[in-house]
Amino acid sequence: MSEQQAYEPKVVAFLCKWCSSAGSDLAGVSRIQYPPNATPITIPCTGAMSPMYILSAFNKGADGVLVSGCHIGDCHYIEGNYLARRKMHLTMELLKFIGVEPDRFRMSWVSAAEGAKFARVVTDFVNDLKPLGPQDKLKKVVAHD
Amino acid sequence: MSKKRTGVFVCHCGTNIAATVDVARVAKEMADENTVSFTQEYVYMCSEPGQESVVQAIKDNELDSVVVTCCSPNLHEKTFRDNAKRAGINNFTCEIANIREQCSWVHNDKAKGTEKAIKISRSVVRRVNRNKPLEAIAVNVTRKAMVIGGGIAGIQAALDIANAGIEVILVEKQATIGGRMLQLSETFPTLDCSQCVLSPKMVEVKRHPMVKLMTYSEVQDLTGSVGNFQVKVLKKPTFVDPDKCKICDHCTEVCPVVVPNEYELNLNARRAIYIPYAQAIPASFTLDESACLGLNPVVCGKCKDVCEAGAINYDMRPEIVTENVGAVVVATGFDLYGQENMPELGGGKLEDVLDGLQFERLISASGATKGHVLRPSDHKEPKEVVFIQCVGSRDPAKHCAYCSKICCMYTAKHARLYKKHVPDGRAYVFYIDIRSGGKGYEEFVQRTMEDDDTLYLRGRVSKLYRHNGKVRVLGTDTLTGQNVEIDADMVVLAQAMVPSKGTTEIAKTLKIGRDKDGFLAEAHPKLRPVESVTAGIYLAGAAQAPKDIPETVAQAGAAASKVIALLSQTTLSRSPLIAKVRPSHCTGCGMCVDACPFIAIRLENGKAVVNEALCEGCGSCSATCLRAAIDVKNVTQLQIHEMIEACLA
Repeated sequence: MSEQQAYEPKVVAFLCKWCSSAGSDLAGVSRIQYPPNATPITIPCTGAMSPMYILSAFNKGADGVLVSGCHIGDCHYIEGNYLARRKMHLTMELLKFIGVEPDRFRMSWVSAAEGAKFARVVTDFVNDLKPLGPQDKLKKVVAHD
Repeated sequence: MSKKRTGVFVCHCGTNIAATVDVARVAKEMADENTVSFTQEYVYMCSEPGQESVVQAIKDNELDSVVVTCCSPNLHEKTFRDNAKRAGINNFTCEIANIREQCSWVHNDKAKGTEKAIKISRSVVRRVNRNKPLEAIAVNVTRKAMVIGGGIAGIQAALDIANAGIEVILVEKQATIGGRMLQLSETFPTLDCSQCVLSPKMVEVKRHPMVKLMTYSEVQDLTGSVGNFQVKVLKKPTFVDPDKCKICDHCTEVCPVVVPNEYELNLNARRAIYIPYAQAIPASFTLDESACLGLNPVVCGKCKDVCEAGAINYDMRPEIVTENVGAVVVATGFDLYGQENMPELGGGKLEDVLDGLQFERLISASGATKGHVLRPSDHKEPKEVVFIQCVGSRDPAKHCAYCSKICCMYTAKHARLYKKHVPDGRAYVFYIDIRSGGKGYEEFVQRTMEDDDTLYLRGRVSKLYRHNGKVRVLGTDTLTGQNVEIDADMVVLAQAMVPSKGTTEIAKTLKIGRDKDGFLAEAHPKLRPVESVTAGIYLAGAAQAPKDIPETVAQAGAAASKVIALLSQTTLSRSPLIAKVRPSHCTGCGMCVDACPFIAIRLENGKAVVNEALCEGCGSCSATCLRAAIDVKNVTQLQIHEMIEACLA
């Protein structure tokens, strides 16, 4: 049990510049506390999110990957998040296929006005990752190669 | 590629960062990075000595790239890029690592916060390693503006822009410009007649040679970017030619259809063919298609028969007009929070319970009762009137969490005007607090309390119901701790201000953000209060937040000055962070062509080619390419992979 508590999942959070990154800024301005496990990388749009980034994060040792963009219909680039949603769904299938728990990957929609939601998304994700323990499936496969 | 010489500048931000992040350690860790040849920490990097030290350090240490680890790039990316340029290096080799909003402000644990700050900083240092020097793209500017919403905010913004010699298109959804202010009777704190103040401005905007007025029109689509927007506007048919209409009123005399009059907030009725208000601009009747019996001489056609001017034309059709503009001001105004949300106050179904705007129409000389205060149920003069403030406002549990700002003042005004009309009447005001900040505002409320003998009761009202022909008001006076029961002849609710109907749609159309309450979001709450998050789109009036007329006019003027400053430039610079094809890798599969939302990529001789004028740099193409043949400049796939690595080190 103590080992469980000591384990802190490592998360990479890909945030689109226009909504979710701005939402995380608002969480900051509002001083809403959330776990420090997720390191943010700001990308122009979730449409720019290649499935390779997710696999890359897992094989570099991430325990979880979060992708967060504008709400469907609100994309700054018209339809980037629709492209992302389709691709991320397929990535989820791929993860299942190669034996990585699909719960290690999450996609959320956080607008620039939803600071509190951003904090909640990260908090929930980190809490949900804890019972899964460290991710070593993808990491090991690469290591043995 | 020769090794980069990056300088890392770590800001303490007073104690905003330094309290929860060990800034010295961040600087030390960055110094260990292969490409970093200089690090420095300073208490306020954005202050003048801070900025100077960045410039000096770039020169002294021959740095070719800069990472500033500080607050959000939304705040100071431009500041530090300008400094990089000043120091003689390319501004696009400067990047910001956000360790304040995304780290120090949201994590109390200093050890963990420091670890995360190091990861964020390191990932940006790795990104900068592969940043290429870029030049902003120069684009021409369309010297024309569009103002959406013809209320006082839109009228003021349009006039200010037009007076600077810039063409303006003023788009209004309703049949007349004027907006909410046109419905008001008098205005606080001077009790100026609202229409006497507004009507001359309406005439001015109509006659202005630089203003094109489009009433009964709605914005449907916006494409392009700052300096060059293309806007599609739907012109709804009015079925009356405004140039021919003589406003003789003969058509309304014969029209058989009677519908509630929305301009009078349903206090009276109008015909299917109507003019919202006698001094409407444009001065013309409008035929309401949804109410008309059929726009067909066989069905009715009475209005067309009596129109001597021949102004009525049943064959008018909706028209979509495309306008090219360089900037847009959004001034779409407010509505009142619906009474249906408050069943305890009658839910909008109790007779003689009015909202603030209805009361304005009731006391207005141009209103349904010609300025006589007569209650709707029996047209008798009400002798006891209860005004209730904060209806739906300041109630985070059930309604709107925010203060609607103007209700304290307009309720005091209503009480005074009521007493002026009914000197032997009694006015009660239920309030939570009196918020009367503003020039002459506090004095105005004091006079309402003292000179006009209005009884102010501090407390909320729990229930309204009809009782013996009156409205029974059950409330509490929290200052005496007593329950209060008043049998009122009329009740006026100061309902919360909410963004006008259609704000969600217009925000989506224009791709500008909204705040948690649905109002249009400003780019920065303090430093950029009239700009939206989208460059070239500005905000004015109550669509951004509840505000009164002087504030609205001031904000409209500020938005106009921003538009004038923007459109005074002959060229604008556009972000050069757009897609670039590596022809050697491209197989011409065309997947990027399909993925591009802006139709900016085409195939030429079997290779993808990017139209630099259209590309917005979203990166959808790069995520689709199987061979990494297309990338957004300075956000390449390789850079992101290296950033991921840095985040997990």
